[in-house]
Amino acid sequence: MTPSSKPFDVAQDKPKFAMYWAASCGGCEIAVLNTHEKILDVDANFEVVFWPVAMDAKYKNVEAMEDSSILITLFNGGIRNDENERLAKLLRQKSKILVSFGSCACEGCIPGLANLSPVGEIVHTAFNTITTDNPNEIYPRTTFDVPEGELHIPKLEPILRPLDQVVDVDYYMPGCPPESHQIAEVIDLLIKVIHGEGELPPKGTVIGVGNSTVCDECPRVRNVKMIKAFRRIQDIAPVDPTLCILEQGVPCNGPATRSGCNARCPQAGAQCIGCYGPAEGVMDYGARLITAFAAVIDATAPEEIDKILDGIPDPTGQVYRFNLAGSLMKAAKPAWVKE
Amino acid sequence: MTQRISIDPITRLEGHGKIEIFLDDQGNVANTYFQIPELRGFERFVVGRPIEEMALITNRICGVCPEAHNMAASKAADAAYKVNPPRTAKMLRELLYSAFYCTDHTTHFYALGGPDFIMGPDAPVAERNILGVIHKVGLETGGKVIQMRKYGHTVVEMIGGRKIHPCASIPGGMTKGITEEQRKEIEEIGRWTVEFAQFSLKLFNDIVLGNPQYVDLVLGDIYTHHTHYMGLVDENNKINFYDGKVRVVDPNGKEFVKYEPKDYMQHIAEHVEPWTYLKFPYLKNVGWKGFVDGVDSGVYMTTPLSRLNASNGMATPRAQEEYERFYSTLGGKPVHQRLATHWARLIELLYAAERWLELVTDPEISSPNVHAKPTQIPTEGIGIVEAPRGTLTHHYWTDERGIVTKANLIVGTTNNYAPIQMSTHKAATSLIKEGKVTEGLLNMVEMAFRSYDPCFGCATHSLPGQMPLEITIHNSRGELVDLIKQFVD
Repeated sequence: MTPSSKPFDVAQDKPKFAMYWAASCGGCEIAVLNTHEKILDVDANFEVVFWPVAMDAKYKNVEAMEDSSILITLFNGGIRNDENERLAKLLRQKSKILVSFGSCACEGCIPGLANLSPVGEIVHTAFNTITTDNPNEIYPRTTFDVPEGELHIPKLEPILRPLDQVVDVDYYMPGCPPESHQIAEVIDLLIKVIHGEGELPPKGTVIGVGNSTVCDECPRVRNVKMIKAFRRIQDIAPVDPTLCILEQGVPCNGPATRSGCNARCPQAGAQCIGCYGPAEGVMDYGARLITAFAAVIDATAPEEIDKILDGIPDPTGQVYRFNLAGSLMKAAKPAWVKE
Repeated sequence: MTQRISIDPITRLEGHGKIEIFLDDQGNVANTYFQIPELRGFERFVVGRPIEEMALITNRICGVCPEAHNMAASKAADAAYKVNPPRTAKMLRELLYSAFYCTDHTTHFYALGGPDFIMGPDAPVAERNILGVIHKVGLETGGKVIQMRKYGHTVVEMIGGRKIHPCASIPGGMTKGITEEQRKEIEEIGRWTVEFAQFSLKLFNDIVLGNPQYVDLVLGDIYTHHTHYMGLVDENNKINFYDGKVRVVDPNGKEFVKYEPKDYMQHIAEHVEPWTYLKFPYLKNVGWKGFVDGVDSGVYMTTPLSRLNASNGMATPRAQEEYERFYSTLGGKPVHQRLATHWARLIELLYAAERWLELVTDPEISSPNVHAKPTQIPTEGIGIVEAPRGTLTHHYWTDERGIVTKANLIVGTTNNYAPIQMSTHKAATSLIKEGKVTEGLLNMVEMAFRSYDPCFGCATHSLPGQMPLEITIHNSRGELVDLIKQFVD
């Protein structure tokens, strides 16, 4: 890798910056790019040494770097296969500061819902859909002999893991994806730090977020109203534009979810789905959310409470939509079955 | 001595991808394999989730084109409930989608595909990227590209609630409408976008079509395949991205089939190979004949070029003029040269911008009537939209509560997997002779799949344009005999 081959001008003495994706959707990269002019600040203050979306550098280039020679790596995506794991370990080794960036790396995100099923079932489903022509039950093989030689693809691991279940993580920046204004603030802080004008927060800090819940930054009014039934959004839309969505009966994940997004979904007339993960001090997201739902139920008789709770059609998905892989349980029992 | 060339990893695929090229004893290509090493399992874990969440969950398949999954899943949910959203809701969805298309096509042209032409396929590698483009065409143009990305995301957020992974589309319509003030702003941005699209076409005209070398490259054989072409069309067989019927023409341009989204299963099947995690869709009624061209091969393509080939024109006036110029310049329909896809993409950009203006100036667009309550028991629903990288099909079965019991997703780029495998193979076969591999080859191989705008690496759409490749050549004992990097020291 020569400096001239990079999309940014690079001075030798600048601290090194990297960003990598594992099992992810690419939305985190887009969110970073959506900081627009801020990217130029990153360029001005860092030497970008590895960032597949923006520049050319290979695993071999990273392997050749000295340990801890990258000042900061933003790592997004969960650990779904052995290649993801290898890169997580490699980047941990090469980075002073490793940031778990975005919901997938922090808590598994939507792909973590795969942890409800054994991996064999996931593969079986994908290769037996209604349009799949697979009479001979062919499945991807990690090693396969073709006439010309041997082919390899990565091995899927039994469950999807957040980054900190694989390597030590310094900071967490949740969100699916993290909001661009939050990313911009973190970039500003980093630049201050490298110029000696600011200090890094303690290790383990969740950065680029608020310290409260989505409810606390939601402009909707709460009247401590109790509900007799949970409702589906399509059954009552449009919701009242000024009142709390949960108090209108739609299970809204705001009470357990960390602030930082400006309550975007509730402001758009939709329930919070929890993409910013557990609020400050919440040990298990699902447990906290169930408590919050229980608190709005207007009933005392157990049978009536049960009936109201039945109005939440997918309790597991509702309370662990983004957080299953990062929860205390990590996965449902079937996913732990040895293949 | 058998040699093997591993292009691994191709870092701008979503997750990772690699190409294995095997050479025969003479050093010519014996075979190639384009492998996709990733599977996240959405079809399994959407089971058990409510159908209204499909538009939110399947967004996360792709953070670059979440709008496409959002739309396909919303339409499938409408179909499952047999609910017809109000006209305003459908227009809002299509307006959001048009703004998304403008952003997406713009970033591909300027950051990814365009540099090969604007800078030249054999320009110094350090210049063959978005910064090189900006340097050549000027900072003012670079600023316009950034502005286009900002504007597009602004509209997506205004209508969809969020810039990435929009949340406002639900079974029966939208959670909210837009205000007159927002409408005015979207209209103003739309007018700017039409001009930007015209500017982009002029740039392509001046730089590419004005250069006989590029015209030769586009028209050459290396990047040509004769396959079936697919695209979504309206009742006049004009291109539409949000709604319509799926039309397929054969390699001679003759209509092979036109089907309703609900009938897709009668027409599409997916072939499996054990060396990759991705399936190869093909036309069921032609059959899977392997990675081959021709009227008897079920291989089809779904890209901007295929949509132009599969339609009778564009539904807006300025784009229609460009459509006619496209075919008169390239010698009639269908056009088989894959590199012409870059031009086709800009014609679609102009169409999306014009469509944006049509929608935003409709008297009903800011109506508050944006939702129809579903009243029927949900069963099964299929939704199809045209994603920038191909026809996107979502299919869900539900129980009586609307909980998904089974799903089938045929995603944009997946449609193009067989053509991409073929294009890679042809480029490698045409270019690698007697074991000689050069840096020039690398960009030519890149160009083979860049025209498809592969969404394996969604985020390729966003910044500097070099598909980073590294080729290692091993002998049959696995010893490294050569190493070529995209950017050599």
